[in-house]
Amino acid sequence: MTNQYDPVIGLEVHVQLKTASKIFCACSTQFGTEPNQNTCPVCLGLPGSLPVLNEKVLELGIKVGLALGCQISSRIKFDRKNYFYPDLPKAYQISQYDMPVASKGNLTIEVKQDNNEFIQRKIGITRAHLEEDAGKLLHEGVRDGSWVDYNRGGVPLLEIVSEPDLRSPEEAFQYLVSLKAILQYLDVSDCNMEEGSLRCDANVSIRKKGETKFGTKVEIKNMNSFRAVQKALVYEIKRQTEAVENGEKIIQETRLWNESKGQTFSMRSKEQAHDYRYFPEPDLVPFTVSTVRIEELRKSLPELPKARMERFHKEYGLSEYDAYVLVSDKDLSKWFEDCVGEGVNPKLVSNWIQSELLALINFKKYSIENLPHLTPKRLAGLIRLIENGTINGKIGKEILPEMLEADKSAEEIVKEKGLVQVTDTKLLEEIADRVIKSNQKTVDEIRSGKPQAVGFLVGQVMKETKGKANPKLINEILEKKLAPLSHGKA
Amino acid sequence: MELYQLTLKETQELLAKNPGKQGELVQTLTNRLKHVDPKVKAYINYDQKRVESQKNGKANGILAGIPISIKDNIVTQDWETTCASKILKGFIPPYDATVVRKLREAGAIIFGKCNMDEFAFGSSCETSCFGPTHNPWNLDYVPGGSSGGSAAAVASDIAIAALGSDTGGSIRQPASFCGVVGLKPTYGRVSRYGLVAFGSSLDQIGPITKTVEDSALMMNVLAGHDERDSTSANMPVPDYTIFLGKSVKGLKIGLPKEYFVKGLDPEVEKAVKQAVKVFQDLGATCVEVNLPHMKYAVAVYYIVAVAEASSNLGRFDGVEYGFRHESTNLRDMYFETRNQGFGAEAKRRILLGTFVLSAGYYDAYYLKGLKVRTLIKQDFDQAFQKVDLILGPTAPTPPFKIGEKMNDPLSMYLSDIYTISANLAGVPAMSLPCGFSANGLPIGIQLTAKPFDEGTIFRAASVYEQAAKWYERRPKL
Repeated sequence: MTNQYDPVIGLEVHVQLKTASKIFCACSTQFGTEPNQNTCPVCLGLPGSLPVLNEKVLELGIKVGLALGCQISSRIKFDRKNYFYPDLPKAYQISQYDMPVASKGNLTIEVKQDNNEFIQRKIGITRAHLEEDAGKLLHEGVRDGSWVDYNRGGVPLLEIVSEPDLRSPEEAFQYLVSLKAILQYLDVSDCNMEEGSLRCDANVSIRKKGETKFGTKVEIKNMNSFRAVQKALVYEIKRQTEAVENGEKIIQETRLWNESKGQTFSMRSKEQAHDYRYFPEPDLVPFTVSTVRIEELRKSLPELPKARMERFHKEYGLSEYDAYVLVSDKDLSKWFEDCVGEGVNPKLVSNWIQSELLALINFKKYSIENLPHLTPKRLAGLIRLIENGTINGKIGKEILPEMLEADKSAEEIVKEKGLVQVTDTKLLEEIADRVIKSNQKTVDEIRSGKPQAVGFLVGQVMKETKGKANPKLINEILEKKLAPLSHGKA
Repeated sequence: MELYQLTLKETQELLAKNPGKQGELVQTLTNRLKHVDPKVKAYINYDQKRVESQKNGKANGILAGIPISIKDNIVTQDWETTCASKILKGFIPPYDATVVRKLREAGAIIFGKCNMDEFAFGSSCETSCFGPTHNPWNLDYVPGGSSGGSAAAVASDIAIAALGSDTGGSIRQPASFCGVVGLKPTYGRVSRYGLVAFGSSLDQIGPITKTVEDSALMMNVLAGHDERDSTSANMPVPDYTIFLGKSVKGLKIGLPKEYFVKGLDPEVEKAVKQAVKVFQDLGATCVEVNLPHMKYAVAVYYIVAVAEASSNLGRFDGVEYGFRHESTNLRDMYFETRNQGFGAEAKRRILLGTFVLSAGYYDAYYLKGLKVRTLIKQDFDQAFQKVDLILGPTAPTPPFKIGEKMNDPLSMYLSDIYTISANLAGVPAMSLPCGFSANGLPIGIQLTAKPFDEGTIFRAASVYEQAAKWYERRPKL
C-alpha cells in the first residue's frame, strides 16, 4: 500500500518555569515535598484571597518569547479559564487568552532525510502564554477515596503552541529536542518530563498528498517522553489513515496515549468539550511592559543553540550535524568545550564524545552533567595519550569505561595496567618475523597480489603484544619486510 | 447616656481618658446585644469569649479597645466566615482579611460577624440562610442589603461601627434604610484581600458608622495600598479628618437630571430636595448635570457583576471546605453540593453569569456590557469637570416591608438604581441620613465624588450633618 496521505502536526508544550516561588503567591515551587506543604490561601483558592503576579515569571516568559523570535506583547493581561475539577481550587485557571505574552515566532529544527542528509526546517510558533499549574489528584496509596495535593497548584507554566507546520513524528521529536535545548540554554525550566516540568500534547490530522486544506484534527494527551510523543503520533497517523481508507470520518476529539498498550483511546469528543467562559481576570490589572525592559531582556539572553552550533561549525571545523548533536544538550556542549579547552583537537573530542562516550552514557543511564568520575580534563588526557603515541586508539576505547567509574586519570590506568604502547622497533621486528614465519599462507596471498591480507598479520602482531603495539609502526615494519619480495617477484 | 450609644469618636475620647472603661464598654454593648439582637437579628456570629480574649490586645493604636463589627463576607482568622450561605457553613478561614488585620493593628476588638444577603446577593438582607435582619426603625421592614446586618447593628447601638462591602450599593442602600452613614470608597482605595469576592471589579469594603466623622476615622485605618491586592491603588492616603467641618462655600454640587424621574418616591424626592436647600443655604452652588447613560446602569451591572460572580463562586464545590454533599461520584458531589448549598438568588445569579460568558453570547452581553460601563465612567468624568460632587437619593424608596419584593427580583434590583453606577465607574459615594418618611423610616442622600476624592465627600457630608442633625434621632428598641 503506497501512502497517499501527509500528516499535519502541531504541538502544545507546557513548561514549568523555574522560579523560587509560585506565579501568584510566595509559596515554594519545590518538587517532591509533603502533600499540601507548599500552599497558602492564594494557591488554595480560599475565599477572599487574591493573586499577585510574580514578576520573575513574566521575565522568564518574555525571555523564551525572545529566544523563539516572537513578538512580545507590551500589554500584559490575564484571563480566567473556567471549569470544574478538584485539582483546580478556584474552579478557574488564571491564564492568558487573547493577549499571550509572546506570539508569531519560529524554531529551526534539523531533520534527517531518507538519503541521510540533514535539512533545516523552520517551524512557526503561534503563541506562548503564561498560566498557573493545577494541583494533583491522588487516588491510590493514600487513605480511602481521592485526595488532592495542591503543591503544584500555582506553579508557573508557559504554554508554547506551534503552528501546524510539522510533517512527521520525527519532526515532532526534533522540534521537542530543539525546544528543550533553548529552554535549557535560557535556564528557565528543568525540562524534566518525568517530574512533569515539561508536558506535551499533540494535534494531528492527515490529508491527501497535494491537498492544501487541513483534515479534522485529533488531540492526543498523556505522553510522558519525547519518544512517546513520536510513537503516539506514528500510531495515530496509522489509525487515521486506516480509518479514512475504510471510508470512515475522523471525528474531532481528544485521545489519550496508553504507553503500555501502544495505542490511543478516545477521551472526549468536541461535543463534550468544555466551554471555558474566558473573560478578563478582574483581580489582575493589565499593565504595560516598556520597550526598554524588553530590550534589556533581549540583551541578557545567553548564546542560544543555533548560534552555538554555527560557532562550533566555524570555530572547531565540526560538521553541521556533529555541531547540532553537541549543542542539542546545553551540558553536553559545555562538556565538549571544556574538553577542547584542555588543548586537544576539537574534531577528536567530538568523535570521542559522539561515537564512544554518548553510547556508554546511554547504556549506563548516566547523564553528562553527573558522570561518576570522568571529567572533560580526563577525556582530554586520554586523547592526548593517543595523540602522542603513548597508547593506541584501541586501548583508549578499552579504558574509557574504567575512566567513567574509577577516580583515575587515563595515565594512571595505563601505567597500572602496563598498557603503554609498544614502540620498540627491534621487539616489533622480532614479533613480525615470527608472525611471518608461522603464517606463510597469508604471506603468499599478499605476495600474489592481495595486499589487503596484511591486515591479518597486523592483527597477529597486535595479539602478541596484547593490543599495545603501535599500529602505524607494525604496518611500516610488515610492509618493509614483505615489500622487497613482492617487488622481486613482480 | 449609655456607653453603647457613643459614637466611635466619643468612644475613642473616653478610652483615651480612661482606658479602664474598656471592659465596661464591651459589657454594656454585649448586654445591649443580648437584649436587642433577638429582635433585629443583625449578628450571625457573636461569641462573648472570643471578644473577651481580645481585650488584652494592643493598648495603643487609634482604635484601641474599640469593638468593631464585621460583615460576614470578610474573613476573620479562626472565626467562621459564612457569607450567610449554607455552602460555607463551618468554614474557618486560616487568615485575616487585610482590613481586619489593619483594625487589629489599630487596637480594635473584632466584636462579631454581621448578617447579610447570601454572598451579598440582594438589597434586603432576606436571602441570608440564617433568616432576615430586621430594620431597627420598624421590625416589619427590611434593613436594606446586602450589608443589612452591619447597618442595622450600628443603627441599633449594638455596634460602635461596622464594616460592610459594596458591589452595587450594598453599603449605601442599607445605610440609607437604617439611618446611618455608609461609605463606598473609590475602587482600589481599600484592600479587597480577604473579602469573599462577588463582583471583583466592583467590590469595595467600606465603613458603616453613626456619623460622618466616624467614617473618616475608620477610613484613616482602612485606606491604603496592599501588596496582596493588585487592584489596590498605590497612592498616598490623606488624613480624612482634616476635611471635616470645612465650609462648603463655593462648592459646586451637581444634581443629575436622570435621578429625579418617574420611579422616585415623592417622599424621598422631597427629603433630597430639602437637603439640596440646606447645601445652598450653607453656600454651595447646585447645578443640573447629565449622566446620559445612567439608564443602562442596572442592565450593565447585572451582566458584569453576575459574570464575575459566576466565576468567583465556582470554588464553592465541596472539595476543599464548607458544605459537601458526600458522594462517590464527582459530578453528583458537585451538583448536589451546589444545589443544596446555594440559595435561590445565588443560583439565579450564577446561571445568569454563566450564560452571559458562554461561547456565542460573550460579545453580545459581557463585551458590550464593558463598553457601556466605559460610557458610564465617561459620564462621571464629564460631570466632574463641571462640579465637585454629585448629589441625589441613595435609594428610590424608603425601606420596604420584609417579603414585599422577594418574589419580584427585578423590582428588588431597581432599589439599587442610584447606587450601581458609582461601582461601575469606580468612584467613591456616601449615603447619609436626610430625613424620614411619614411612617418614620429613614431616607438617605448620596454624595458622589471623583476617584480618590473621598475628602470632598467628608467635607460636604460633615457640614450637612451638623446643619441637619438627623443623627440625633435614634430608633426605639
